[in-house]
Amino acid sequence: MKIQADRDVCIGAGNCVLAAEDVFDQDDEALVEVLEDHPGPDQESEVRNAVAQCPSGALSLVDD
Amino acid sequence: MTTTIPRHMQRDRFAPVPETQAARDEDDFPTIRTALGTTARLVTRYADVREVLGDAERFSNTGLPRLPTPDDGPDTADPRAGNLLATDPPEHTRLRRLLTGEFTVKRIRRLEPRITEIVDDHLDAMAAAGPPADLVSAFALPVPSLVICELLGVPYADRDEFQGRATRQIDLSLSLEERGRVAAESRAYMGELVDRAWSDPGDDMLGMLVREHGDDLERSELIGIASLLLIAGHETTANMLGLGTLALLRAPDQLAVVRDEPGAVAPAIEELLRYLSVVHSGVPRLARHDTTVGGRPVAAGELLVLSLPAANRDPAATEHPDDLDVTRAIAPHVAFGHGVHHCLGAPLARAEMAVAFPALLRRFPGLALGIPFDEVEFRSATVVHGLRALPVTW
Repeated sequence: MKIQADRDVCIGAGNCVLAAEDVFDQDDEALVEVLEDHPGPDQESEVRNAVAQCPSGALSLVDD
Repeated sequence: MTTTIPRHMQRDRFAPVPETQAARDEDDFPTIRTALGTTARLVTRYADVREVLGDAERFSNTGLPRLPTPDDGPDTADPRAGNLLATDPPEHTRLRRLLTGEFTVKRIRRLEPRITEIVDDHLDAMAAAGPPADLVSAFALPVPSLVICELLGVPYADRDEFQGRATRQIDLSLSLEERGRVAAESRAYMGELVDRAWSDPGDDMLGMLVREHGDDLERSELIGIASLLLIAGHETTANMLGLGTLALLRAPDQLAVVRDEPGAVAPAIEELLRYLSVVHSGVPRLARHDTTVGGRPVAAGELLVLSLPAANRDPAATEHPDDLDVTRAIAPHVAFGHGVHHCLGAPLARAEMAVAFPALLRRFPGLALGIPFDEVEFRSATVVHGLRALPVTW
């Protein structure tokens, strides 16, 4: 599982950071930064939550 | 004039009225009348609301009906300049990006000590005055008001004036002309604050916008931005705190969870956001072309009103949606909207609630409703659902 983040689409709502703080962060303009683009199995549920809660559709999961 | 409350603003206590809930199962989008007297189609399913809010290309925030502007108003600039909710990308993207840095999760965390101080000061004052108290005027309204005033750089001493104007602008018992006049007064007030910040920018958000973006922003845009942040910054959280406390008082086991288990607070707040959905609908959307939503036809030029509480109680998205359960696995919700206009201040609102609910419940472990539940006065005929007052004792 790999995370793809489109910073041109991101609106900086921060929902992903609240859902999975070890995996996502925001830069000074609030745009998403992926800290861990291959999250482990223990992080999978919170990452799926983060993707589902992204309001802009900037986040997606792809198979490796 | 008649003061029938538009259907999407009618509530049965916490819930949307049954006919709005039932609209999720209808074959077509019901036609309703809006607060501005125009007609619109009511969208109530969770998936449909996300579809509309998530597609700014098909559904626009511009060209919507609006309050009349008085001819003799002090400010002839476009009253919608700078109002993020009245713009579409790419204009919206430009404005929003000026602000997002102020609302990152990290920046908001830095405000937590000050939020805690403000919460504690108000709890101290309540304790000193002794029971009973009106929780709305003693706590739920002043805490977020003071937070947003400090953050923006608006004098807290002016709160009675700007809160009164905010309420009158959306008071359905007033004529549209009167409400338009009040809106112009609000802009004139914010115009004075903006001019002051322009000549002497402070450390607050107005000062930051002038210092860092003064060359890219029109005066009218700054007025629009500041006006939106001021209103959105306190009406929403204030009503979440009032209604949320009432909902928890009705469910003592759940109240105990929020009071005693720090790890349970964040998911509990998401559940309260979903269950209460204080924003009835946000800004309607205008269909740019003939299209379909969830398979149902929508014609070009039709106005869509999105019922956030109906969407958040859609059994297709949440099990037992009409039950408050702060211990449930986080249920998805659109209480902050969805798409590019998703609430900018969501991290601030969440932080204020995460401090305020447990602090209130720990300070007054014996907190109880001061009047019978049937006598609590709900107030739904405004943009944000809430309580007129919440008499409590302890």
